[in-house]
Amino acid sequence: MLKSSYDVIVVGGGPAGLTAARYASQKGASVLVLEKDRDIGYPVRCGEAVSVAGVKEFLEPNEKFIAAHITKFSMNAPNGSEVILPLEEEGLVLERRIFDYELAKIAGNCGTQILTRAYVNGLLFDNNKVTGVTFEHEGINKQVNSKIVVGADGVESRVGRWAGLNTFTDFRDMESCVQVTVGNLDIDQNACYFYLGSMFAPNGYLWIFPKGNRSANIGLGISGLIGKKKSANKYLEDFLQKYYPNASIMTKIAGGVPCATTYKNISAPGLVLVGDAAHQVNPLSGGGIISGMIGGKIAGNIISEALENNNLDHVLSYDKAWNDRLGKRHEIFDRIKNGIYNFDDDKFNDIAKAFNKVKLNERTLGNLFKVALFNKPSLLIDIAKVFFNR
Amino acid sequence: MLLIEIIPNKCDYCGCCVGVCPDDAIELKEAEIKIIEEKCTNCAKCVWSCPIEVLKFNKDKAKEGKDVKKQL
Repeated sequence: MLKSSYDVIVVGGGPAGLTAARYASQKGASVLVLEKDRDIGYPVRCGEAVSVAGVKEFLEPNEKFIAAHITKFSMNAPNGSEVILPLEEEGLVLERRIFDYELAKIAGNCGTQILTRAYVNGLLFDNNKVTGVTFEHEGINKQVNSKIVVGADGVESRVGRWAGLNTFTDFRDMESCVQVTVGNLDIDQNACYFYLGSMFAPNGYLWIFPKGNRSANIGLGISGLIGKKKSANKYLEDFLQKYYPNASIMTKIAGGVPCATTYKNISAPGLVLVGDAAHQVNPLSGGGIISGMIGGKIAGNIISEALENNNLDHVLSYDKAWNDRLGKRHEIFDRIKNGIYNFDDDKFNDIAKAFNKVKLNERTLGNLFKVALFNKPSLLIDIAKVFFNR
Repeated sequence: MLLIEIIPNKCDYCGCCVGVCPDDAIELKEAEIKIIEEKCTNCAKCVWSCPIEVLKFNKDKAKEGKDVKKQL
């Protein structure tokens, strides 16, 4: 039964929100997750690739939510040359529908309640402090009070701005994405493929991530600046027509990835933001599952401490905790992204050519960057920071 | 005057437009989208960011609006 007040209300039941709920409720706090869609884990607006180590921080990898095991990357330059990059650490392509449900079960086992089809449309305030939310459920407007609200409402987040935080996404940083899941595809099921260059996905990249049994996610993201002239959908149609005309399309989905640094402020009195809503996506890769879950874990732990010590202002320490764990690294990734955005097709071709001279057993992501550096020496300082300040 | 149009039944409800809207002028539910006319400033950032061309800027209406202003 729905109560009139909870310790914590989480707006959005994706990986970040469910993880925040899990850690916030672990010491007995009452937590309610409000999800606007009718189910957890669906629709899947995601390429679904993660690292094994990333998953292991939260739960044991289980074959039931793993679609493919990744041991190498295939990087493809505009002129068709392919660079194989063996991975030092295994990657996974998830079945997000199942994965997200596992996260919901874990949060549920800690005591979290989840209400689906609950559309949050405003915040409650008391003296500039957030004290709950208003939401629509089954056609009725309701309200529920809380000590802390967690905004985990994704790329379309509005919770932050309702609380007066400066949180909208510059359209140039928004990667507009389209993805099809296809069958009848003969690719290496242990490789993630990336295509770089102006014909594939300018100011972004195109990906093919295997999903098992001859299927894969094929998708791409482009900046809003590019979408002004040609849509993501048209770029994807052109690619499929040219490279995989016989692929059987099973489903198609649109999505957005905010590829920028984390917002300057991701907490306010009575409120924290996590995941895409806080801009916790890795701005270089566009990956946001694990980084959003890390944000959720940090926020959930801090909320749990704040409730335990009856010191709600403690949630304001979340900004710094996030910056120390990942936020500062994302600033460097963002600068690298901006450098790569300015590469023209010839530069990608040159890098591929140079890297293909490196012996297979010496190919690492670090070495790939080293080769890229010959083409753009000013990136050196930023990349050095990434690799040496872990 | 609202110059941004939503092509009916085309939207995938992905939220790109809401994320880039500087005016908090788009309401997006599970399978329902609408632009709040009073808030929208017709900046068109939503149009550029839509991955599947659901939103469009009505140029004719914009021109009409200008003509009406001139007459006044």
